[in-house]
Amino acid sequence: MVTAAVAANFTATMEKLVPLFEQRTGHTVRASYGSTGKLYAQIRHGAPFDVFLAADRARPERLEREGDGVAGTRFTYAEGRLVLWSREDNRLSDPESFLTSASGPRIAIGNPKTAPYGIAAMEVFDHLELLETVRPRLVSGDSIAQTFQFVATGNAGAGFVALAQVRAWNQTGGSAWLVPESLHSPITQQAQLLKRGKNNAAAAAFLAFLKSKEVRAIIEKDGYDTEPMPTD
Amino acid sequence: MSPEWQAVWLTLKLAGITTALLLVIGTPIAWWLARSRHWARQPISALVALPLVLPPTVLGFYLLILLGPDGAIGQLTERLGIGLLPFTFEGLVVASVIYSLPFTVQPLQNAFLTINDNLLEAAATLRASPRDRFFSVVIPLARPGFLTAAVLTFAHTIGEFGVVLMIGGNIPGETKVLSVAIFDHVEALEYTQAHWLSAGMLLFSFVVLVSLYSLNNRLQPGVVR
Repeated sequence: MVTAAVAANFTATMEKLVPLFEQRTGHTVRASYGSTGKLYAQIRHGAPFDVFLAADRARPERLEREGDGVAGTRFTYAEGRLVLWSREDNRLSDPESFLTSASGPRIAIGNPKTAPYGIAAMEVFDHLELLETVRPRLVSGDSIAQTFQFVATGNAGAGFVALAQVRAWNQTGGSAWLVPESLHSPITQQAQLLKRGKNNAAAAAFLAFLKSKEVRAIIEKDGYDTEPMPTD
Repeated sequence: MSPEWQAVWLTLKLAGITTALLLVIGTPIAWWLARSRHWARQPISALVALPLVLPPTVLGFYLLILLGPDGAIGQLTERLGIGLLPFTFEGLVVASVIYSLPFTVQPLQNAFLTINDNLLEAAATLRASPRDRFFSVVIPLARPGFLTAAVLTFAHTIGEFGVVLMIGGNIPGETKVLSVAIFDHVEALEYTQAHWLSAGMLLFSFVVLVSLYSLNNRLQPGVVR
Protein backbone atom coordinates (compact mmCIF):
# COMPACT_ATOMS: atom_id res chain seq x y z
CA MET A 1 0.00 0.00 0.00
CA VAL A 2 1.07 3.58 -0.70
CA THR A 3 0.07 6.40 1.59
CA ALA A 4 0.08 9.69 -0.26
CA ALA A 5 -0.05 13.26 1.03
CA VAL A 6 -1.68 15.20 -1.79
CA ALA A 7 -2.11 18.96 -2.27
CA ALA A 8 -5.79 19.86 -2.20
CA ASN A 9 -5.85 21.33 -5.72
CA PHE A 10 -4.95 17.92 -7.14
CA THR A 11 -7.82 16.08 -5.41
CA ALA A 12 -10.04 15.49 -8.43
CA THR A 13 -7.19 14.25 -10.62
CA MET A 14 -5.80 12.03 -7.86
CA GLU A 15 -9.20 10.45 -7.45
CA LYS A 16 -9.07 9.47 -11.10
CA LEU A 17 -5.51 8.22 -10.93
CA VAL A 18 -5.91 6.03 -7.85
CA PRO A 19 -8.35 3.47 -9.28
CA LEU A 20 -6.36 3.38 -12.52
CA PHE A 21 -3.14 2.69 -10.64
CA GLU A 22 -4.75 0.11 -8.39
CA GLN A 23 -6.22 -1.68 -11.36
CA ARG A 24 -2.90 -1.69 -13.21
CA THR A 25 -0.61 -2.72 -10.41
CA GLY A 26 -2.69 -4.40 -7.74
CA HIS A 27 -1.28 -2.00 -5.16
CA THR A 28 -3.61 0.11 -3.09
CA VAL A 29 -3.35 3.83 -2.41
CA ARG A 30 -4.55 5.77 0.59
CA ALA A 31 -4.54 9.49 -0.12
CA SER A 32 -4.85 12.36 2.35
CA TYR A 33 -5.62 15.81 1.02
CA GLY A 34 -4.76 19.19 2.51
CA SER A 35 -2.86 22.39 1.96
CA THR A 36 0.78 21.88 1.03
CA GLY A 37 1.91 23.76 4.14
CA LYS A 38 -0.20 21.64 6.46
CA LEU A 39 0.95 18.39 4.86
CA TYR A 40 4.54 19.58 5.07
CA ALA A 41 4.18 20.23 8.79
CA GLN A 42 2.63 16.80 9.27
CA ILE A 43 5.44 15.07 7.38
CA ARG A 44 8.00 16.97 9.45
CA HIS A 45 6.35 15.50 12.52
CA GLY A 46 6.43 11.93 11.36
CA ALA A 47 3.08 11.56 9.61
CA PRO A 48 2.98 8.13 7.95
CA PHE A 49 3.21 9.15 4.28
CA ASP A 50 5.23 7.40 1.58
CA VAL A 51 4.91 10.00 -1.15
CA PHE A 52 4.19 13.72 -1.21
CA LEU A 53 2.43 15.48 -4.07
CA ALA A 54 2.90 19.14 -3.19
CA ALA A 55 1.56 22.26 -4.87
CA ASP A 56 4.95 23.94 -4.88
CA ARG A 57 8.63 23.24 -5.26
CA ALA A 58 9.71 24.88 -1.99
CA ARG A 59 8.29 22.34 0.45
CA PRO A 60 9.62 19.22 -1.26
CA GLU A 61 13.01 20.96 -1.51
CA ARG A 62 12.94 21.68 2.21
CA LEU A 63 11.93 18.12 3.04
CA GLU A 64 14.82 16.87 0.97
CA ARG A 65 17.25 19.17 2.83
CA GLU A 66 15.78 18.19 6.17
CA GLY A 67 16.07 14.50 5.39
CA ASP A 68 12.38 13.60 5.27
CA GLY A 69 12.40 13.53 1.47
CA VAL A 70 14.57 11.04 -0.39
CA ALA A 71 17.19 12.95 -2.40
CA GLY A 72 16.98 12.63 -6.15
CA THR A 73 13.33 11.59 -6.27
CA ARG A 74 11.81 15.03 -6.73
CA PHE A 75 10.14 15.81 -10.04
CA THR A 76 7.51 18.17 -11.40
CA TYR A 77 4.29 16.28 -11.99
CA ALA A 78 2.21 19.33 -12.86
CA GLU A 79 2.39 23.07 -13.47
CA GLY A 80 -0.69 24.64 -11.95
CA ARG A 81 -2.76 27.37 -13.52
CA LEU A 82 -4.32 30.07 -11.38
CA VAL A 83 -7.81 31.16 -12.22
CA LEU A 84 -10.08 33.84 -10.81
CA TRP A 85 -13.45 32.19 -10.71
CA SER A 86 -17.01 33.16 -9.87
CA ARG A 87 -20.17 31.14 -10.10
CA GLU A 88 -22.00 34.22 -11.42
CA ASP A 89 -22.13 34.57 -15.20
CA ASN A 90 -20.40 37.67 -16.61
CA ARG A 91 -19.05 38.81 -13.25
CA LEU A 92 -15.48 38.53 -14.48
CA SER A 93 -15.90 39.77 -18.02
CA ASP A 94 -13.74 42.72 -16.93
CA PRO A 95 -11.49 41.25 -14.25
CA GLU A 96 -9.44 44.41 -13.71
CA SER A 97 -12.45 46.53 -12.84
CA PHE A 98 -13.80 43.72 -10.66
CA LEU A 99 -10.55 43.69 -8.71
CA THR A 100 -9.98 47.43 -8.51
CA SER A 101 -13.21 48.38 -6.81
CA ALA A 102 -12.70 48.54 -3.06
CA SER A 103 -16.33 47.77 -2.27
CA GLY A 104 -17.03 44.78 -4.50
CA PRO A 105 -17.96 41.32 -3.25
CA ARG A 106 -15.55 39.23 -1.25
CA ILE A 107 -12.60 37.57 -2.93
CA ALA A 108 -11.44 34.20 -1.61
CA ILE A 109 -7.81 33.14 -1.74
CA GLY A 110 -5.89 30.25 -0.27
CA ASN A 111 -4.12 31.02 3.00
CA PRO A 112 -0.77 32.29 1.69
CA LYS A 113 1.02 30.77 4.67
CA THR A 114 0.08 27.24 3.73
CA ALA A 115 -1.48 27.20 0.24
CA PRO A 116 0.81 27.86 -2.74
CA TYR A 117 -2.14 29.04 -4.84
CA GLY A 118 -2.70 31.66 -2.15
CA ILE A 119 0.87 32.88 -2.58
CA ALA A 120 0.34 33.09 -6.33
CA ALA A 121 -2.81 35.15 -5.77
CA MET A 122 -0.90 37.56 -3.50
CA GLU A 123 1.75 37.90 -6.20
CA VAL A 124 -0.96 38.84 -8.69
CA PHE A 125 -2.23 41.60 -6.38
CA ASP A 126 1.33 42.78 -5.88
CA HIS A 127 1.98 42.82 -9.58
CA LEU A 128 -1.18 44.79 -10.33
CA GLU A 129 -0.45 47.04 -7.31
CA LEU A 130 -3.86 46.19 -5.92
CA LEU A 131 -2.98 44.63 -2.60
CA GLU A 132 -4.11 47.55 -0.42
CA THR A 133 -7.27 48.02 -2.49
CA VAL A 134 -8.43 44.42 -2.30
CA ARG A 135 -7.21 43.62 1.20
CA PRO A 136 -10.53 44.50 2.91
CA ARG A 137 -12.33 42.15 0.50
CA LEU A 138 -10.09 39.14 1.06
CA VAL A 139 -11.10 35.99 2.86
CA SER A 140 -8.77 33.05 3.03
CA GLY A 141 -9.49 29.36 2.98
CA ASP A 142 -7.48 26.88 4.96
CA SER A 143 -6.65 25.03 1.75
CA ILE A 144 -7.45 25.78 -1.88
CA ALA A 145 -10.32 23.27 -1.54
CA GLN A 146 -11.96 25.41 1.14
CA THR A 147 -11.28 28.51 -0.95
CA PHE A 148 -13.11 26.90 -3.85
CA GLN A 149 -15.98 25.93 -1.58
CA PHE A 150 -16.35 29.56 -0.39
CA VAL A 151 -16.88 30.56 -4.02
CA ALA A 152 -19.02 27.54 -4.94
CA THR A 153 -21.49 28.28 -2.13
CA GLY A 154 -21.63 31.91 -3.28
CA ASN A 155 -20.42 33.23 0.05
CA ALA A 156 -17.46 34.80 -1.72
CA GLY A 157 -18.16 36.61 -4.98
CA ALA A 158 -15.07 35.20 -6.66
CA GLY A 159 -11.87 33.45 -5.74
CA PHE A 160 -8.39 32.60 -6.92
CA VAL A 161 -8.35 28.83 -7.33
CA ALA A 162 -6.77 26.16 -9.51
CA LEU A 163 -7.97 25.76 -13.08
CA ALA A 164 -8.30 22.03 -12.38
CA GLN A 165 -10.85 22.72 -9.66
CA VAL A 166 -13.00 24.75 -12.03
CA ARG A 167 -12.76 21.99 -14.64
CA ALA A 168 -13.80 19.39 -12.07
CA TRP A 169 -16.79 21.46 -10.94
CA ASN A 170 -19.66 19.76 -12.68
CA GLN A 171 -22.12 22.62 -12.84
CA THR A 172 -22.66 24.93 -15.75
CA GLY A 173 -22.51 28.69 -15.66
CA GLY A 174 -20.13 30.99 -13.89
CA SER A 175 -17.28 33.06 -15.20
CA ALA A 176 -13.54 32.83 -14.97
CA TRP A 177 -10.40 34.75 -15.72
CA LEU A 178 -7.39 32.63 -16.51
CA VAL A 179 -4.67 34.66 -14.82
CA PRO A 180 -1.77 35.38 -17.22
CA GLU A 181 1.27 33.47 -16.05
CA SER A 182 3.33 36.64 -16.27
CA LEU A 183 1.54 37.91 -13.14
CA HIS A 184 2.87 35.30 -10.73
CA SER A 185 5.75 32.90 -10.37
CA PRO A 186 5.11 29.46 -11.85
CA ILE A 187 3.12 27.06 -9.67
CA THR A 188 5.53 24.18 -9.99
CA GLN A 189 3.96 21.18 -8.31
CA GLN A 190 6.54 18.64 -7.27
CA ALA A 191 6.21 15.09 -6.06
CA GLN A 192 8.77 13.13 -4.09
CA LEU A 193 9.42 9.90 -2.29
CA LEU A 194 9.47 10.28 1.47
CA LYS A 195 11.81 8.59 3.90
CA ARG A 196 9.06 6.30 5.12
CA GLY A 197 8.37 5.04 1.57
CA LYS A 198 11.99 4.36 0.73
CA ASN A 199 11.69 0.58 0.68
CA ASN A 200 8.09 0.49 -0.44
CA ALA A 201 7.86 -0.90 -3.97
CA ALA A 202 4.30 0.37 -4.30
CA ALA A 203 5.45 3.93 -3.58
CA ALA A 204 8.13 3.77 -6.26
CA ALA A 205 5.61 2.26 -8.65
CA PHE A 206 3.19 5.09 -7.98
CA LEU A 207 5.78 7.77 -8.71
CA ALA A 208 6.76 5.99 -11.94
CA PHE A 209 3.08 5.80 -12.84
CA LEU A 210 2.77 9.55 -12.20
CA LYS A 211 5.59 10.17 -14.70
CA SER A 212 4.07 8.02 -17.44
CA LYS A 213 2.85 9.57 -20.68
CA GLU A 214 -0.63 8.23 -20.17
CA VAL A 215 -0.99 9.85 -16.74
CA ARG A 216 0.50 13.13 -17.93
CA ALA A 217 -2.19 13.24 -20.61
CA ILE A 218 -4.85 12.91 -17.89
CA ILE A 219 -3.19 15.58 -15.77
CA GLU A 220 -3.07 17.95 -18.75
CA LYS A 221 -6.68 17.33 -19.59
CA ASP A 222 -7.61 18.26 -16.05
CA GLY A 223 -6.11 21.73 -16.32
CA TYR A 224 -2.37 21.51 -15.71
CA ASP A 225 0.72 21.75 -17.85
CA THR A 226 3.29 18.98 -17.60
CA GLU A 227 6.97 18.66 -18.44
CA PRO A 228 8.49 16.13 -20.79
CA MET A 229 10.20 13.31 -18.86
CA PRO A 230 13.67 11.87 -19.54
CA THR A 231 12.02 8.46 -19.78
CA ASP A 232 9.92 9.47 -22.80
CA MET B 1 -2.46 46.55 17.88
CA SER B 2 -0.36 43.49 17.17
CA PRO B 3 -2.14 40.64 15.38
CA GLU B 4 -1.94 38.53 18.55
CA TRP B 5 -3.64 41.12 20.74
CA GLN B 6 -6.12 41.78 17.97
CA ALA B 7 -7.10 38.09 18.07
CA VAL B 8 -7.36 38.17 21.87
CA TRP B 9 -9.58 41.26 21.84
CA LEU B 10 -11.75 39.86 19.04
CA THR B 11 -12.22 36.61 20.91
CA LEU B 12 -13.19 38.37 24.15
CA LYS B 13 -15.58 40.61 22.25
CA LEU B 14 -17.20 37.62 20.54
CA ALA B 15 -17.55 35.70 23.80
CA GLY B 16 -18.89 38.76 25.66
CA ILE B 17 -21.54 39.61 23.09
CA THR B 18 -22.54 35.98 22.68
CA THR B 19 -22.92 35.52 26.46
CA ALA B 20 -25.03 38.66 26.82
CA LEU B 21 -27.28 37.67 23.92
CA LEU B 22 -27.62 34.10 25.12
CA LEU B 23 -28.61 35.10 28.66
CA VAL B 24 -31.45 37.11 27.13
CA ILE B 25 -32.48 34.41 24.64
CA GLY B 26 -31.72 31.42 26.83
CA THR B 27 -33.55 32.47 30.00
CA PRO B 28 -37.12 32.27 28.61
CA ILE B 29 -36.27 29.04 26.79
CA ALA B 30 -34.86 27.49 29.96
CA TRP B 31 -37.83 28.71 32.02
CA TRP B 32 -40.29 27.25 29.56
CA LEU B 33 -38.39 23.94 29.41
CA ALA B 34 -38.28 23.76 33.20
CA ARG B 35 -41.93 24.61 33.78
CA SER B 36 -43.95 23.54 30.76
CA ARG B 37 -45.65 20.20 30.28
CA HIS B 38 -46.23 20.81 26.61
CA TRP B 39 -45.61 17.87 24.26
CA ALA B 40 -43.04 19.95 22.36
CA ARG B 41 -40.83 20.10 25.45
CA GLN B 42 -38.79 17.01 24.58
CA PRO B 43 -38.19 17.87 20.92
CA ILE B 44 -37.20 21.44 21.89
CA SER B 45 -34.87 20.14 24.60
CA ALA B 46 -33.25 17.90 22.00
CA LEU B 47 -32.95 20.78 19.55
CA VAL B 48 -31.25 22.93 22.21
CA ALA B 49 -28.83 20.10 23.06
CA LEU B 50 -27.93 19.32 19.43
CA PRO B 51 -24.80 21.52 19.35
CA LEU B 52 -23.42 19.39 22.18
CA VAL B 53 -23.35 16.25 20.08
CA LEU B 54 -23.05 17.51 16.50
CA PRO B 55 -19.58 17.93 15.05
CA PRO B 56 -18.91 21.64 14.50
CA THR B 57 -18.43 20.82 10.83
CA VAL B 58 -22.11 19.91 10.50
CA LEU B 59 -23.09 23.21 12.06
CA GLY B 60 -20.56 25.10 9.97
CA PHE B 61 -21.69 23.43 6.78
CA TYR B 62 -25.37 24.18 7.32
CA LEU B 63 -24.63 27.73 8.44
CA LEU B 64 -22.57 28.30 5.32
CA ILE B 65 -25.50 27.15 3.19
CA LEU B 66 -28.23 28.86 5.25
CA LEU B 67 -26.40 32.17 5.56
CA GLY B 68 -25.15 32.09 1.97
CA PRO B 69 -26.88 33.67 -1.03
CA ASP B 70 -28.94 30.51 -1.69
CA GLY B 71 -30.02 30.08 1.92
CA ALA B 72 -33.19 31.40 3.53
CA ILE B 73 -31.32 33.53 6.07
CA GLY B 74 -28.81 34.76 3.48
CA GLN B 75 -31.63 35.92 1.22
CA LEU B 76 -33.29 37.65 4.15
CA THR B 77 -30.14 39.48 5.26
CA GLU B 78 -29.43 40.53 1.68
CA ARG B 79 -32.95 41.87 1.30
CA LEU B 80 -32.57 43.78 4.56
CA GLY B 81 -29.41 45.36 3.17
CA ILE B 82 -27.14 43.72 5.77
CA GLY B 83 -25.40 41.62 3.16
CA LEU B 84 -24.18 38.10 3.72
CA LEU B 85 -23.15 37.00 7.20
CA PRO B 86 -20.35 34.48 6.52
CA PHE B 87 -16.90 36.07 6.88
CA THR B 88 -18.25 38.79 9.18
CA PHE B 89 -18.06 39.28 12.93
CA GLU B 90 -21.87 39.35 13.05
CA GLY B 91 -21.90 35.97 11.33
CA LEU B 92 -19.64 34.59 14.04
CA VAL B 93 -22.01 35.97 16.69
CA VAL B 94 -24.94 34.18 15.06
CA ALA B 95 -22.94 30.96 14.86
CA SER B 96 -21.74 31.23 18.45
CA VAL B 97 -25.24 31.86 19.78
CA ILE B 98 -26.39 28.60 18.20
CA TYR B 99 -23.23 26.72 19.13
CA SER B 100 -23.21 27.78 22.78
CA LEU B 101 -26.99 27.67 23.34
CA PRO B 102 -26.99 24.45 25.43
CA PHE B 103 -24.29 25.88 27.70
CA THR B 104 -26.67 28.67 28.66
CA VAL B 105 -29.97 26.83 28.65
CA GLN B 106 -29.04 23.66 30.51
CA PRO B 107 -27.57 25.22 33.69
CA LEU B 108 -30.49 27.68 33.81
CA GLN B 109 -33.02 24.93 33.29
CA ASN B 110 -31.50 22.92 36.15
CA ALA B 111 -31.52 25.98 38.38
CA PHE B 112 -35.17 26.70 37.58
CA LEU B 113 -36.12 23.09 38.23
CA THR B 114 -34.81 23.26 41.79
CA ILE B 115 -36.94 26.27 42.70
CA ASN B 116 -39.67 25.21 45.05
CA ASP B 117 -43.19 25.92 43.76
CA ASN B 118 -44.29 26.84 47.30
CA LEU B 119 -42.10 29.91 47.23
CA LEU B 120 -43.68 31.10 44.02
CA GLU B 121 -47.16 30.42 45.37
CA ALA B 122 -46.34 32.26 48.56
CA ALA B 123 -45.16 35.21 46.48
CA ALA B 124 -48.36 35.03 44.47
CA THR B 125 -50.53 35.17 47.59
CA LEU B 126 -48.62 38.31 48.54
CA ARG B 127 -49.87 39.72 45.25
CA ALA B 128 -46.56 39.60 43.42
CA SER B 129 -47.22 39.73 39.69
CA PRO B 130 -45.66 36.98 37.53
CA ARG B 131 -43.04 39.51 36.49
CA ASP B 132 -42.32 40.42 40.09
CA ARG B 133 -42.10 36.77 41.03
CA PHE B 134 -39.62 36.11 38.27
CA PHE B 135 -37.36 39.04 39.07
CA SER B 136 -37.52 38.99 42.86
CA VAL B 137 -37.86 35.27 43.56
CA VAL B 138 -36.65 33.21 40.61
CA ILE B 139 -33.60 35.20 39.58
CA PRO B 140 -32.08 35.52 43.07
CA LEU B 141 -32.68 31.82 43.74
CA ALA B 142 -31.25 30.81 40.41
CA ARG B 143 -28.17 32.96 40.83
CA PRO B 144 -25.69 30.07 40.81
CA GLY B 145 -27.37 28.81 37.64
CA PHE B 146 -26.98 32.18 35.96
CA LEU B 147 -23.36 32.34 37.00
CA THR B 148 -22.63 28.85 35.70
CA ALA B 149 -24.49 29.58 32.46
CA ALA B 150 -22.63 32.84 31.87
CA VAL B 151 -19.19 31.44 32.64
CA LEU B 152 -19.64 28.25 30.64
CA THR B 153 -21.09 30.12 27.67
CA PHE B 154 -18.26 32.64 27.73
CA ALA B 155 -15.58 29.97 28.06
CA HIS B 156 -17.12 27.69 25.47
CA THR B 157 -17.37 30.52 22.93
CA ILE B 158 -13.71 31.33 23.54
CA GLY B 159 -12.90 27.71 22.73
CA GLU B 160 -14.96 27.67 19.56
CA PHE B 161 -12.97 26.56 16.54
CA GLY B 162 -14.55 24.31 13.93
CA VAL B 163 -17.51 26.51 13.10
CA VAL B 164 -15.35 29.63 12.90
CA LEU B 165 -12.92 27.84 10.63
CA MET B 166 -15.75 26.97 8.28
CA ILE B 167 -17.57 30.30 8.09
CA GLY B 168 -14.94 32.80 9.24
CA GLY B 169 -12.55 33.13 6.32
CA ASN B 170 -9.63 33.98 8.62
CA ILE B 171 -9.90 37.79 8.42
CA PRO B 172 -7.65 39.60 10.93
CA GLY B 173 -9.68 41.83 13.24
CA GLU B 174 -12.97 40.48 11.96
CA THR B 175 -13.10 36.70 12.18
CA LYS B 176 -9.59 35.59 13.09
CA VAL B 177 -10.24 34.55 16.69
CA LEU B 178 -7.64 33.04 19.02
CA SER B 179 -8.27 29.39 18.22
CA VAL B 180 -7.93 30.08 14.49
CA ALA B 181 -4.83 32.21 15.04
CA ILE B 182 -3.24 29.33 16.94
CA PHE B 183 -4.19 26.86 14.21
CA ASP B 184 -2.67 29.19 11.64
CA HIS B 185 0.58 29.50 13.59
CA VAL B 186 0.86 25.75 14.10
CA GLU B 187 0.22 25.03 10.42
CA ALA B 188 2.88 27.52 9.43
CA LEU B 189 5.25 25.98 12.02
CA GLU B 190 5.40 29.30 13.93
CA TYR B 191 5.63 27.52 17.24
CA THR B 192 6.79 30.46 19.38
CA GLN B 193 3.60 32.42 18.69
CA ALA B 194 1.51 29.26 18.94
CA HIS B 195 3.03 28.54 22.35
CA TRP B 196 2.29 32.00 23.72
CA LEU B 197 -1.32 31.97 22.64
CA SER B 198 -1.91 28.35 23.64
CA ALA B 199 -0.37 28.73 27.08
CA GLY B 200 -2.44 31.88 27.59
CA MET B 201 -5.60 30.00 26.65
CA LEU B 202 -4.76 27.10 28.93
CA LEU B 203 -4.13 29.36 31.88
CA PHE B 204 -7.23 31.42 31.21
CA SER B 205 -9.50 28.39 30.93
CA PHE B 206 -8.09 26.89 34.11
CA VAL B 207 -8.56 30.10 36.09
CA VAL B 208 -12.11 30.49 34.79
CA LEU B 209 -13.09 26.97 35.80
CA VAL B 210 -11.45 27.18 39.21
CA SER B 211 -13.21 30.47 39.96
CA LEU B 212 -16.50 29.02 38.77
CA TYR B 213 -16.23 25.96 40.99
CA SER B 214 -15.21 27.91 44.07
CA LEU B 215 -17.85 30.59 43.53
CA ASN B 216 -20.56 28.00 43.06
CA ASN B 217 -19.41 26.27 46.19
CA ARG B 218 -19.76 29.51 48.13
CA LEU B 219 -23.14 30.42 46.71
CA GLN B 220 -24.65 27.03 47.25
CA PRO B 221 -22.84 24.92 49.82
CA GLY B 222 -23.00 21.24 49.07
CA VAL B 223 -23.74 21.62 45.36
CA VAL B 224 -20.70 21.23 43.24
CA ARG B 225 -20.88 21.30 39.52
